Amino acid sequence: MFAQNTIRTVRSAMKSLLLHKLRSGLTMLGIVFGVFSVIAMLAIGEGASLQAQKQVLELGATNIIIVSVKPPDESQQSSTSGSRVLQYGLLRSDFDLLTSTIPTVVSAVPIRESQQHVRYLDKEMNARLVGCTEEYVAMNHLELERGRFISEQDQLNMLNVAVIAREVADTLFPLTDPIGKSIRVDDNYYKIVGITKERTASAAIGGSLSGQDYNKDIYIPLRTFFVRFGDLIIARQTGSFSAEQVELNQITLKIEDSSQVIATSESVKESLKLTHPRKKDYAVIVPLELLEQARQIRLIFTAVLGSIAAISLVVGGIGIMNIMLATVTERTREIGIRRALGARQRDITEQFLTETIVLSGTGGIIGVFLGLSTPLAFGLIRSLMKSFLLEGADSSSEAGRIFFEMEPQIAFWSLPLAFGISVGIGIIFGLYPARSAARLDPIEALRHE
Amino acid sequence: MQYAAELINIEKHYDLGSVVVKALRGVSMNFPRGDYVAIMGSSGSGKSTLLNLLGGLDRPTNGKYILGGTDVANLSDDELSYKRNQLIGFIFQSYNLIPQYTVLENIAIPLIYRPGYPSVSADDIKHCEELARRVGLSDRLDHRPFQLSGGQQQRVAIARALVNEPEIVLADEPTGNLDSATEAEIMELLGQLNREGRTIIMVTHEDSVARRAKRQIFMKDGLIAGEGIFPG
Repeated sequence: MFAQNTIRTVRSAMKSLLLHKLRSGLTMLGIVFGVFSVIAMLAIGEGASLQAQKQVLELGATNIIIVSVKPPDESQQSSTSGSRVLQYGLLRSDFDLLTSTIPTVVSAVPIRESQQHVRYLDKEMNARLVGCTEEYVAMNHLELERGRFISEQDQLNMLNVAVIAREVADTLFPLTDPIGKSIRVDDNYYKIVGITKERTASAAIGGSLSGQDYNKDIYIPLRTFFVRFGDLIIARQTGSFSAEQVELNQITLKIEDSSQVIATSESVKESLKLTHPRKKDYAVIVPLELLEQARQIRLIFTAVLGSIAAISLVVGGIGIMNIMLATVTERTREIGIRRALGARQRDITEQFLTETIVLSGTGGIIGVFLGLSTPLAFGLIRSLMKSFLLEGADSSSEAGRIFFEMEPQIAFWSLPLAFGISVGIGIIFGLYPARSAARLDPIEALRHE
Repeated sequence: MQYAAELINIEKHYDLGSVVVKALRGVSMNFPRGDYVAIMGSSGSGKSTLLNLLGGLDRPTNGKYILGGTDVANLSDDELSYKRNQLIGFIFQSYNLIPQYTVLENIAIPLIYRPGYPSVSADDIKHCEELARRVGLSDRLDHRPFQLSGGQQQRVAIARALVNEPEIVLADEPTGNLDSATEAEIMELLGQLNREGRTIIMVTHEDSVARRAKRQIFMKDGLIAGEGIFPG
């Protein structure tokens, strides 16, 4: 019986609303866009944070990354003095110390890297030459397209073998099969044994780790690197020399369990403090900490975007209230008739409240469906901006990268939430007009023209 | 004999701040069941106030109003709404139908507000259709008020007034907006209802209309000035 009466009230409300289709539609539009923007904003926030999380996870949640950093005061000196050997960074003894003294470290990869000019016949390019061990491929989630990665045997025998990234292969070997060919770096030749799959570059995170583009890499055995290049690398730049002496550029530690990561990173920091007493020429990056930061940023981001969108919902609610007040005035006589025929104040309140809720609820449903199209709309906006506004500003800048690589993720909890808020707004903003309708004096209302 | 409605020394004052207007100054009146009364009087005589009180739209300042055996003078707003719904049938000068509803739905409105809120059943709908047939509108059930003539709209209002089997039917200038031919039809319909035993109280200032009632009550300055009896 109750349900039947509710259905009847709702049907009667729809009848009244359909009497003014344009007015009801326009009023509803406020709620439609409010709900839409709440869902869209949350989807964009969610997408951006997911992207940040993905980047952090690519670094490995159980990894600790230690990189060599050029001390700021030293680098200034070196630029003024023209040519001076700058010695800094992680030492091979650091690597031995960390792997032998910290028990939670499962595996560790030392890396030595340098920008080098690479050539094959008449093709040439600049690439990042990475000296690493066989564990590197697993730790950085690289995948091989063909061939094999550097092996332990290569390492032991200090062989001149190389694994190249997709882009290097495309540039140097546009027509031929690179495997088995030899590329020249400096004065040495390296035989190509494998090609890695293409991989999206990771963005810089929080300034502590610069973005990494794995697509211009050439991997060789670390010991080969030591033998062929040594620790001292001299670069010529427009008339001046700069020489840097670095033993290792990076050490990546893999920790047994993610719960031990933070504690281990503390002991890593303590150990390195002892071996680098004079200057802090290294940085310890803990992706897990970054993940935590990213999570917090995401929360703030989502909250800010969501509340901005919620404001538009409130504006929609005010629109509804405005129209309902006008409706009450317009239908004063109807209210009088109903009261005369036996409607209680509560019945009138219910009637008008139902109308507002039907209005805002329908708007909410339409808004939810519009919200579901967020990824589509976002893609459209992005392609429009790409072609008209942000020429050149694609993935080169930080903001551009986030904007162009992010996919909005609809948070499914936001659908019922946004709908619920729209209905709630209908109730809040409908209550006053409905109460004022109910409080009308029936005699006055009947006299109203 | 039990009265359909009984007024005992009713007073109604309107407090306008600086002055108190005494619209009714002690009106006592009985309406036996099956009565047919026309209340007449110039404007400002208190007849509208009296009708509002009779209809339970307003409460008297002093006095008793016994409707269907109970004093309704001091009931709460909700209780008064129930009394209006169950005991009173209203017919207005300007018909007062709800424009977005069909004829049938308009007739059924008082059923929506019945105490306990039972839902409108198939039997109820049959009852409404029967009433529509009685007022001669069975072929117009799905029409909207704006598609009907004034006389037809007033017939809908009459059917609506009867749907809850009220103790009294209150008519406020029921033919005020109608031409004389239609007026005659409506008055014939009301007379017929009265012959079937309905109590009808009507406010009018047309003698021709008032003459059709069994009793005529004249009001002046918030008091009953006199009563004339014409042959019903």
